[in-house]
Amino acid sequence: MEHKDLLGLYDMSRREIELILDTALPMKDVIQRDIKKVPTLRGKALVTVFYENSTRTRTSFEIAGKYLSADTVNLAVSTSSVQKGESMRDTIKTLEVMGFDVLVMRHGMSGTPHYVAKNTKMSVINAGDGSNEHPTQALLDLFTIREKKGYLDGLKVAIVGDILHSRVARSNIYGLTKFGCEVRVVGPSTLIPPGLDNLDVKWYYSMEEALKGVDVINVLRIQKERQQHGLFPSLEEYANLYMLRPEHLLHAKEDVLVLHPGPMNRGVEISSQIADGVQALINEQVTNGVAVRMALLYLMMGGTKDEIAG
Amino acid sequence: MRLLVKGGRVIDPSSGLDKLTDILIEDGRIIKVDENISAEAEVVDATGKIVCPGFIDVHVHLREPGFEYKEDIASGTRAAAAGGFTTVCCMPNTNPIIDNVAVASFVRERALRSGVVHVLPIGAVTKQQEGQEISEIADLVAAGCVALSDDGRPVTRADIMRNALEYSKMFDLPVMSHCEDLDLSNGGQMHEGYYSTIYGLKGIPAEAEEVMVGRDISLARLTGARLHICHISTAGSVQLIRRAKSEGIRITCEVTPHHLTLTDELVGSYDTDTKVNPPLRSQEHLEALWAGLKDGTIDCIATDHAPHHLESKDCEYELASTGISGLETAIPVIMSLVERGILDMNTMIEKMTVGPAMVLGIDRGHLQEGAVADVTIIDPQAVRRVDPASFYSKGRNNPYKGREYTGWPYATIVAGKVVAREGIIV
Repeated sequence: MEHKDLLGLYDMSRREIELILDTALPMKDVIQRDIKKVPTLRGKALVTVFYENSTRTRTSFEIAGKYLSADTVNLAVSTSSVQKGESMRDTIKTLEVMGFDVLVMRHGMSGTPHYVAKNTKMSVINAGDGSNEHPTQALLDLFTIREKKGYLDGLKVAIVGDILHSRVARSNIYGLTKFGCEVRVVGPSTLIPPGLDNLDVKWYYSMEEALKGVDVINVLRIQKERQQHGLFPSLEEYANLYMLRPEHLLHAKEDVLVLHPGPMNRGVEISSQIADGVQALINEQVTNGVAVRMALLYLMMGGTKDEIAG
Repeated sequence: MRLLVKGGRVIDPSSGLDKLTDILIEDGRIIKVDENISAEAEVVDATGKIVCPGFIDVHVHLREPGFEYKEDIASGTRAAAAGGFTTVCCMPNTNPIIDNVAVASFVRERALRSGVVHVLPIGAVTKQQEGQEISEIADLVAAGCVALSDDGRPVTRADIMRNALEYSKMFDLPVMSHCEDLDLSNGGQMHEGYYSTIYGLKGIPAEAEEVMVGRDISLARLTGARLHICHISTAGSVQLIRRAKSEGIRITCEVTPHHLTLTDELVGSYDTDTKVNPPLRSQEHLEALWAGLKDGTIDCIATDHAPHHLESKDCEYELASTGISGLETAIPVIMSLVERGILDMNTMIEKMTVGPAMVLGIDRGHLQEGAVADVTIIDPQAVRRVDPASFYSKGRNNPYKGREYTGWPYATIVAGKVVAREGIIV
């Protein structure tokens, strides 16, 4: 890897992304073995610091580290000195001097991992910052799509929902466009951010139009508090307009893939028929997430693709 | 006590003067502007330098009383002098707020004792800057306030703003309005546009400023009072003010060096020194501001010097305070616009001298014989790198850090006394 940190896909090259995806392949094999452990990162230490709730991302990083024999620690922010008013800089310094090599951070405010990365020797992995980026989610989405389709170039991908606040959408847009994918976004006009033209992203308000001929649909979670801020009138109206239902798939390609980063609001942004249907790859995404994070940890701690422990 | 400024290119936009000449100062006043003056006097050799009326900054936060850990009058006026300013107007959002005679008098007396440049206080428009009742404006005028402002906290109620304008008219005092619709800007961290999308930060649309500029123009028309718009940052504001001026409304406005030179793209570093209110805008807004300066829509350049202590900037972007400590980089930054051919030298000097003097309605900003001897001398060839660690200001929050500029203050003369030389207080 060329950088100390992984902060986002915006600044990452296609080549680097491919390296991670390629490295994730043998990692996935490791997960599927009986003995799910390789000694690759023995003696390395990883800490996850999550200022926002998470089930899959935090656990996924932790188990990825453990499968590679790194020592992993979770800082429970809600019971830490952060609650006593410790500054971010001091919290990070404390972890650094304990000897951690990698810091995995989730934070509700955009740019916080960037700020931290500038102030520490540890490698910082962004596990989601505000509305900015969630690079490992996008990497696992790319891996999942590539695994199923065999390639990424030129695919048509629709992202559905709250684009304005979504870090998953941003990282996916940056990643997919680097592979020449046609990216479309669809959602209520109040949740479509400005400037998409410059990103070569097409936006739609109508599901039927947006999904016409697409290879992949990535459904975003809708956060209920957005309604309280008046960005759409009710969850019912949102569901009427944008909940992904079986009839929507008729507009897409026959072999369309459906992704969702989780956690799902069934009956709001995705119907249960779709969530539990054959096109949905939601569980695959979770498994691939572990593989991708293993690859990333491995590469960030100095490994190269050719020397992966077999 | 006599001082002779010799051999410089003297530019005084108030009279159109631009030639190699000398200035003789005695007892704090300019007594003669002429070629080849020879007199018994201490000589300031200004050969190769540009000699102008003392620069005036109508918008500065000196933080004293109440926030001396961010800045005080001693440090803030030294920053001003080092940066080439001879007069600064200080905003009233101190603690206690400058909304009464006692605080206004304290600031003036403190400035006389510990300051090194002229300090003109600005009084609060409303008591406690709460936007509910207008301040005792007659008292504030008597105590030496030259303008009124609730800067940082816009007067949200249109009826109160109307009353403030109406009432201040009796004293012919400008009301300096910080134009921001707080509902539209709520939670915003940067300019709303392409880069707020890319960086995932909540945007502040240009319209958050423009709807309030529009409201205040209407109220200025209604009342016939003097309205000054602080730190305009958008193309729409320029357009609204241009039109208001053409209709004869008594309106003036200022622009900051950072809104003239930096764009929202810079926020991508999540460097909190780029966080400022109003936010850094996009290129098309910068270009509209340049045009506004050139055609006279924008009357003056003001720094909105907003020093902060380290802890309120060394943190997460969303938690950081807004503001730039700008007094000590204003001249080199604006000189860079001259160097790039965006602004000519005379216009630049006009916007720092007679421009702000007219906004305030004070007899400053010129080099007529008999004038108070406030003189700013610029070395257009000096090359330096911006190093906030060497600032006189306690605020080191400056987004130009590390950049190299050509054209720095050479000497600052306040009432006939050299107070700074090449950025060093003497």
